[in-house]
Amino acid sequence: MGRKILLEHINVPGIKTYDIYRKMGGYASVEKALKSMTPDEVVEEVKTSGLRGRGGAGFPTGMKWSFIDKKSGKPRHLVCNADESEPGTFKDRFLMEYIPHLLIEGMITSSYALGCNLSYIYIRGEYMWVFRILENAIKEAYAAGWLGKNIMGTGWDLDLHVHCGAGAYICGEETALIESLEGKRGNPRIKPPFPAVSGLWANPTVVNNVESIAAVPWIVNNTGAEYAKIGIGRSTGTKLISASGHCKNPGVYEIELGLGVDEFMNSDEYLGGMMDDRPLKALVPGGSSVPILPANLIFKTAEGNDRLMSYESLSDGGFATGSMLGSGGFIVYNDTTCVVRNTWNFSRFYHHESCGQCSPCREGTGWLEKVLHRIETGHGREEDIELLWDIQRKIEGNTICPLGDAAAWPVAAAIRHFRDEFEYHVRFPEKIKNRDHFVAEPFEKVKHLVAKQEV
Amino acid sequence: MKVTIDGQSIEVEPGTTILQAARMIGGESVPPAMCYYSKLKGSGGKCRCCLVEVSKGSEADPRPMPKLMASCVTGVMDGMEVKSISSERVLDARKSVTEFLLINHPLDCPVCDQAGECDLQNLSFKHGAAKTRFIEEKRTFEPENIGPYIQLHMNRCILCYRCVMTADQLTDGRVHGVMNRGDHAQISTYISKAIDNEFSGNMIDVCPVGALTDKTFRFKQRVWFNKPYNAHRDCDKCCGKTTLWMFGDEIQRVTARKDVYHEVEEFICNECRFEHKDPADWVIEGPRKFEKDSVINQNNYTRELKPVKIETEKNILLGRDIDRKKISMKDVPLDAEEMKELKEGNV
Repeated sequence: MGRKILLEHINVPGIKTYDIYRKMGGYASVEKALKSMTPDEVVEEVKTSGLRGRGGAGFPTGMKWSFIDKKSGKPRHLVCNADESEPGTFKDRFLMEYIPHLLIEGMITSSYALGCNLSYIYIRGEYMWVFRILENAIKEAYAAGWLGKNIMGTGWDLDLHVHCGAGAYICGEETALIESLEGKRGNPRIKPPFPAVSGLWANPTVVNNVESIAAVPWIVNNTGAEYAKIGIGRSTGTKLISASGHCKNPGVYEIELGLGVDEFMNSDEYLGGMMDDRPLKALVPGGSSVPILPANLIFKTAEGNDRLMSYESLSDGGFATGSMLGSGGFIVYNDTTCVVRNTWNFSRFYHHESCGQCSPCREGTGWLEKVLHRIETGHGREEDIELLWDIQRKIEGNTICPLGDAAAWPVAAAIRHFRDEFEYHVRFPEKIKNRDHFVAEPFEKVKHLVAKQEV
Repeated sequence: MKVTIDGQSIEVEPGTTILQAARMIGGESVPPAMCYYSKLKGSGGKCRCCLVEVSKGSEADPRPMPKLMASCVTGVMDGMEVKSISSERVLDARKSVTEFLLINHPLDCPVCDQAGECDLQNLSFKHGAAKTRFIEEKRTFEPENIGPYIQLHMNRCILCYRCVMTADQLTDGRVHGVMNRGDHAQISTYISKAIDNEFSGNMIDVCPVGALTDKTFRFKQRVWFNKPYNAHRDCDKCCGKTTLWMFGDEIQRVTARKDVYHEVEEFICNECRFEHKDPADWVIEGPRKFEKDSVINQNNYTRELKPVKIETEKNILLGRDIDRKKISMKDVPLDAEEMKELKEGNV
């Protein structure tokens, strides 16, 4: 049984409410931090814990906090990024919906560490019911004196607001989120300056994922060194994984980083294997933007080591044979899945969500989607595969924000690992004309049709 | 601060961007810029045409930057070394951006008023491919009327945001902006509204493509047949310094004076731009010098021109009667039966 940090009390009835949450030891970190620690000590604890940003990039949270500009004397802000829109990721929703007070406690402790007096939770517009839950929880926290003026008699004030987005994936990018929070069009800003220097209303700002902030109370209560003991190597602590797809038990799981992918996939405590007797075909380990892994690279890395659920192990082998932990959107595919269709679906998403600010992403994502749609519907040409490769190569790295990369990577990985499937689509359009073309006739059975022939 | 671009060093002030430093050096190393506009605050970084490779970050931190940097928004550091045209990666990126900008562009230069002074034409002339790889249908927009002076062709737009920034920074009360997102992002007033502002005409000048053109000049002339003259008048709203684009004695268009990078020297008001088309209103200073090779100076009138005399049979240019009827020139009289056939068809 893995250790639970965030979801420790998830099964306590009524944990949503303030009273039960408090009874289970909630808000202890606020008491501890405000009474016995200086803000810098809290930052130091988080640094020691090795907590890495849970939003996808995996940047160490403590380091991010230490970059915040404290010298300028401007007011500082903490913004919680709850604009979780990555296809395949739904961990933050679960956390906020079932233990809203954990996030609020984390926000208070983190705001104290950063010396903020005004903090925000930016939640995506589609999570309207979660927005209401958070609003209620904040009201309870105000009533109990954890928020507002002169918290616990320390003279420190904190106001916390929830802001609802209007349905744009791009607003999960930290600078676009800040723009949106300021009431502008959610276009990512050009960095530098980084938000730590000039963020919300040109004030120093830290933007953190929900899960990162929710981990802070435990770190403060139990020290960072204790947190660093969990996990493996530089991937410390626990991570929420949102599992979906053709596995037996999809859902949100808290795992200790360093758990084997094999164990996570197949043990009954977690996913419990595949949903039926169809074999595993591919895996997206970290949300739609990370490269897809073919069956032979899921449980073992290219060198034959066991693949573990950690930042390092999942990205072992780079993009050639690895992937990324990303935000933990674990999507399992069995052999009825059409990788081309899946890639097209992802591309359609990025096409729809590109903000349109910089040219490679605005035009490139649309082009990728159109070409993939053509291949998927049987109008592909042989040169389209090269074309796709070329387009994604030209988007990657040339854009303002990482959305361009996120749109390019899944296409690149699909072509890298499943090129024969693309060729099959191009050469046998009559065979793929139905949406369920791999259900009756999985690709393994028709693979020989596109195999390279020896003369 | 010393910065080296393609092997050419220059001393610049701190806070200068790579693009500005390159422009100080001049020549082939200057990256093309579609969205950056030195007169507009906050512009740049969007089109990605000006990407350059920073092969040495600075004297203090000599590591190269892993990604290509947008030169218009990247400040120089002391000892920085930049590769612009000397880097394969940069040229490849420029080619890619050009291709991306053109896939949804209507390529209607033959009927576009901007043709001849279009930054996108220049860019694709230098970095574009002869053949397109885009076989899909291009995305299009519904035409939108934004007032009596400015013609909006959204299909041609490359979303540089310059016109939005112009409206923001030059006028009070911007009424247009960017709507929607992705490749369906469009410049629009949302609730159909005329852009009516004393300085709105400058949106035409800052537009790098033919998305915003002058309605009073629409379809009047190809720009290379016009002769530009510098002129000025006493204007109580603006500096009054303009370029007149003349055809014979007729002023066909008035624009602000643009420098070698197609950036206006000073913004002008709508009255100067649209309402003074009489040469008597202006003090004409003289013909404008061309700073740069362009299609406009192919018709260079400062050179001595030999008149072309067409020596041929009289009336041959009119063509044969039978041919003129075929193309139904209205000056050829048709008899009643022919007219009926022409109108109703031969059924």
